[in-house]
Amino acid sequence: MTAAENRSAARAAQLLHFQLNGEAVAVAAPPHWTLLEVLRYQLNLTGTKQGCDKGDCGACTVRLDGAPVLSCMTLAALVQGRAVETVEGLGVGGEPHPLQRAFAELGAAQCGFCTPGMLMSAAAYLDDLATREAPAVDTGEISAVLGGNLCRCTGYTKIVQAVAVAAGEVIERTQLLAEMSNDDGGMP
Amino acid sequence: MLRLPELEVIIATSLTEALTRLAAGPAARPILGGTDLVANLKTGHTKAQTLVAIGQLPELQGVDASGDVVRIGAAVHQAELARDPDILELFPALAYAVGRIASPQIRNAGTLGGNLCLDTRCRFINQSDLWREALGGCLKSHGKECHVIPGGGGCVAALSADSVPILMVLGAEAEIARVQDGALVTRRTPIADLYDSDGRRHVRIADGELLVAVHVPKLPHGARAVYRKWAVRQSIDFPLVSVAVRLDLDDAGKLKQGKVAIGVLGPRPRLLALDRWAGRTLDEDLAKQVAQYVFDRSHPLPNVLYDHEYRRERLRVEVLRALRTWYAPAAVGGAGR
Ligand code: SF4
Ligand code: FES
Ligand code: FES
Repeated sequence: MTAAENRSAARAAQLLHFQLNGEAVAVAAPPHWTLLEVLRYQLNLTGTKQGCDKGDCGACTVRLDGAPVLSCMTLAALVQGRAVETVEGLGVGGEPHPLQRAFAELGAAQCGFCTPGMLMSAAAYLDDLATREAPAVDTGEISAVLGGNLCRCTGYTKIVQAVAVAAGEVIERTQLLAEMSNDDGGMP
Repeated sequence: MLRLPELEVIIATSLTEALTRLAAGPAARPILGGTDLVANLKTGHTKAQTLVAIGQLPELQGVDASGDVVRIGAAVHQAELARDPDILELFPALAYAVGRIASPQIRNAGTLGGNLCLDTRCRFINQSDLWREALGGCLKSHGKECHVIPGGGGCVAALSADSVPILMVLGAEAEIARVQDGALVTRRTPIADLYDSDGRRHVRIADGELLVAVHVPKLPHGARAVYRKWAVRQSIDFPLVSVAVRLDLDDAGKLKQGKVAIGVLGPRPRLLALDRWAGRTLDEDLAKQVAQYVFDRSHPLPNVLYDHEYRRERLRVEVLRALRTWYAPAAVGGAGR
């Protein structure tokens, strides 16, 4: 092979295997593609939004091994073997996620462009709350958690409120589950 | 839509392999979280043909606080470091500084090593190709003149890394690896000596070398450090003023030694010693003298956004506020720890 052929072989599409919303996917992409481009243009998952494309806005937020990251800044080649979650995987069995319900009820989405990213940042926060010993709803903490997601429409108040409502539901559910596991419910 | 240029990605499986690939020259660049590099490649002012992914290398992982010196792997994520129990206990100001970098998503991907190697920033270079082209470029791109200091000899773009000033006052060292005659060798360099005054190549790490870890000596009894950052927004923002202060006090509360490190000036942060005040007790009067001393020796440039004279005044205020955490913590305003 000549040097040029060598180079073009190294830049050719490569097969990536990763978990996407709980299912194994295999997709071919050139090494200079970002995870965002693979999601939107190879897998047709357009829920994840392409905003600034350079790390400023958070519209492209997905979860990588559970942690919210910016898919526009993530090389697709580096998600090999890892777990990716997008907004398409939030609801279960056609039912909206508690966050999605709260966003709809409170009018926390206007144009909706920031919403998928907001939801993914908030979903990681709710999962974290469920693991805490004494979880509490703290709107200051919610603002910090959403600090990497810009919204040009809402002024954030309704978004923070919606996340607080969903967080309250999660806490209540976690406490009920804990109480039930302490209590045998009178069963023999 | 901002696309990356075509390039090759190599996932290094050993430190030796990574170093060998990187020795090919500036066309090969190491990548960890990529939160700075990917943006700079997309906007075209950083060029690379090969990215060598080093995030999996064992030498770059973990926080080890078992000895007198804490070793932090270069690939430790900023978010992890900000909540690490050892770091929170031993160096709360470092945990605070890395916990204020950019945004939660960027801290989940970005690493300590990446922050130390952050490219310099300037309002004339961190722009789109089209924007830069309209000015004919500058010394850091393809142009012939610096727009910050017209007629000046070099690039004075600012180092905006939140972790650097605090690591400087903590006396931290960088562990840098290379391959020499087929063998892996490492060298240590104080973070205070890691930076050069040329904003085009400000990190003193050669092609074929790699930052693998940072070593932070545990603080002696009576010593404490504080980091303060001023930025316009609470999140997704580089510091416009950043300052770290460390004081070592004796049991009577008198100053034994002190250090101030100042970021966001030019490419190289400035480190000042406060030894001239050894033996003195810190009070408002002394704190004002120290703040004035720092002000006199620091000259923020019109290289980042916001008026540089305001930033200089603000620096004096932030030094004063940092010092007040020792003798009047309840009176301290603004953000910092
Ligand atoms: S300091 Fe001067 S040379 Fe450097 S990036 Fe800014 S304008 Fe360009
Ligand atoms: S599109 Fe990724 S941060 Fe804006
Ligand atoms: S709802 Fe329009 S950007 Fe947030």
